Amino acid sequence: MTTTDRHIPDRLQSPLQTRLKSWETLLLVVAVAIFIANSFASPYFLNAWNLSDATFNFTEKAMIAFAMALLIISGEIDLSVASIIALASTAMGAAVQYGAGTPELIAIGLGVGLLCGAFNGALVTGMGLPSIVVTIGTMSLFRGISYIVLGDQAYGGYPSDFAWFGRGYVWWVISFELVLFAVLAVIYAVILHKTNFGRAIYAIGNNPTGALFSGIRVARIKFILFLLTGLMSGVAAICLTSRLGSTRPSIAFGWELEIVTMVVLGGVSILGGSGSIPGVVIAAFVMGLVTFGLGLLNVPGIVMSIFIGLLLIGVIALPRLWSRMRRA
Amino acid sequence: MLKRLASSREALLVAAIGVLLVLISTRFPTFAAPSNLANVFNDTAPLMILAIGQMMVILTRCIDLSVAANLALTGMVVAMLNVAMPGLPIAVTLGLSLALGAVMGMANGLLVWKLDIPPIVVTLGTMTIFRGIIFVISGGDWVNSHEMSAAFKAFPRADLAGLPVLSWIAIAVIAAAGLFMARTALGRAFFAVGGNPNAAVYTGLDVGRSQFWAFTISGALAGLTGYLWVARYAVAYVDIAGGFELEVVAACVIGGISIAGGIGSVGGAVLGALFLGVIKNALPVVNISPFWQLAISGTAILIAVAVNARSTRSKGRIILKRAEQPA
Repeated sequence: MTTTDRHIPDRLQSPLQTRLKSWETLLLVVAVAIFIANSFASPYFLNAWNLSDATFNFTEKAMIAFAMALLIISGEIDLSVASIIALASTAMGAAVQYGAGTPELIAIGLGVGLLCGAFNGALVTGMGLPSIVVTIGTMSLFRGISYIVLGDQAYGGYPSDFAWFGRGYVWWVISFELVLFAVLAVIYAVILHKTNFGRAIYAIGNNPTGALFSGIRVARIKFILFLLTGLMSGVAAICLTSRLGSTRPSIAFGWELEIVTMVVLGGVSILGGSGSIPGVVIAAFVMGLVTFGLGLLNVPGIVMSIFIGLLLIGVIALPRLWSRMRRA
Repeated sequence: MLKRLASSREALLVAAIGVLLVLISTRFPTFAAPSNLANVFNDTAPLMILAIGQMMVILTRCIDLSVAANLALTGMVVAMLNVAMPGLPIAVTLGLSLALGAVMGMANGLLVWKLDIPPIVVTLGTMTIFRGIIFVISGGDWVNSHEMSAAFKAFPRADLAGLPVLSWIAIAVIAAAGLFMARTALGRAFFAVGGNPNAAVYTGLDVGRSQFWAFTISGALAGLTGYLWVARYAVAYVDIAGGFELEVVAACVIGGISIAGGIGSVGGAVLGALFLGVIKNALPVVNISPFWQLAISGTAILIAVAVNARSTRSKGRIILKRAEQPA
């Protein structure tokens, strides 16, 4: 445990100064640097279609990351998101075998996501269990059900108009997923930064007991956040299933950790209480650009994970090292 | 005394495993035969060793998600070393895997101790980094059975007084950990640090330092398991033990180790691992598709955590206030 000395400054920093020193600015600089480095490193980088393809690296994960950011700010976590994708996708695949059309598939995808979120939320808020353990459990359970249903088989044969969600373009190189990503970013930014609900999330994350005593319905809000995270996983499941055109039980394996990385990279404190949606948006771009840029240089995906890991530890460690060196 | 014993997590787990064995052996008597039980124990040995390391980390209010990646990286390094130098004595390989694992654990520990980065973030990061490094050093290639020396592969399977060496190592680790947790200052410090970090500071314990050593031990055990794993299955590649870190955490949770720190025991970790091991080995016997295993262990975790929460509730008044969270 570290002791933190809290002193009151003689005068406040100007808003511009605060903004310049903020996490989001630092991330933006990193993103721009990566962008420039990439465009020098590969002649194929600055191509509208290539860049458009690159967005698929992060749009689906980022949709979940928005809801996850809110959840982490409130002091909880959901590690079962990738398994919810698997279960929702399996349910949609099963429905196709019984002749379900696109509207039914979407309802099933969203419904399964909501149900899974409600299950997590009920266990955490209703029974007062730690979310990290509950969602490690449901992570195995949800994907486990997919394995029971599918085994080593795969579902396919999705209706042709269903493919639009993952492969359709709204205008020129702007894909449906990118538009959805942008719309969701705005919605979540408004929820978190402009509503009472958003303020309550911060309050809960900073001091749950204090929040409770100031009249915030802590359990209900946390339950809603689990619902939202489940819903977003359902949305991501629809997009991913539509894009891949098939369902295996191993779909989206390991995504939960990438999504948490994205959220933490975006400046959300894993201990809860602080963070912002713009930060998560920039972090999504940073991760997408790193993956895409290295991919153009023929760096295998697994090696990119080294960069993502270093980025995750580095962006948190460096400011701490820096302030430590200044204090010494 | 008897009442305490009956309500303890260890007794509950022993009973659960016993009931499981009885149920299975009514239809399939060979399953509960001593030789088969020894097989189950041997098969669960890696999980038990890792769960013991993880238990120490969780006791200090941390979590180590990098154990499986640590295992895979150490396994790959010793396997490649064996290909390059087939004559290397097994003792050196063992020492090297312990040391390598410990170094990786220390990296986690230092980041947690000196930079105060939340453990889940640190080990998420190192997990992906370790996996990436395996790919870099191996070029994505496999080290196959025929490339490894006979002695390298034979060691964990060698028979010693009726049990394979792998089982004996697990037994040795269990015994050593039991002694360590009960009889050394550092072992007691793990409980104190996790139970109440503030009180631990006032009694003169360095919280970060204790966490550092917990990570180091967890890493060393993961490294040791890395060699044993690669030698037993006679293959090393990037993805070995993928996702195993969560099974390790699951074993701890089932074993009654509180994720909030301070509560747990070596026996609990071992029994939690054995519980999962018995289920895993029983599924093919009772003719249930192995695809059921994931859902069953998920359900087991959920039940275990619900039981954990019930047993830790109502523990009397809080006399020391909870620490103010560092900003």
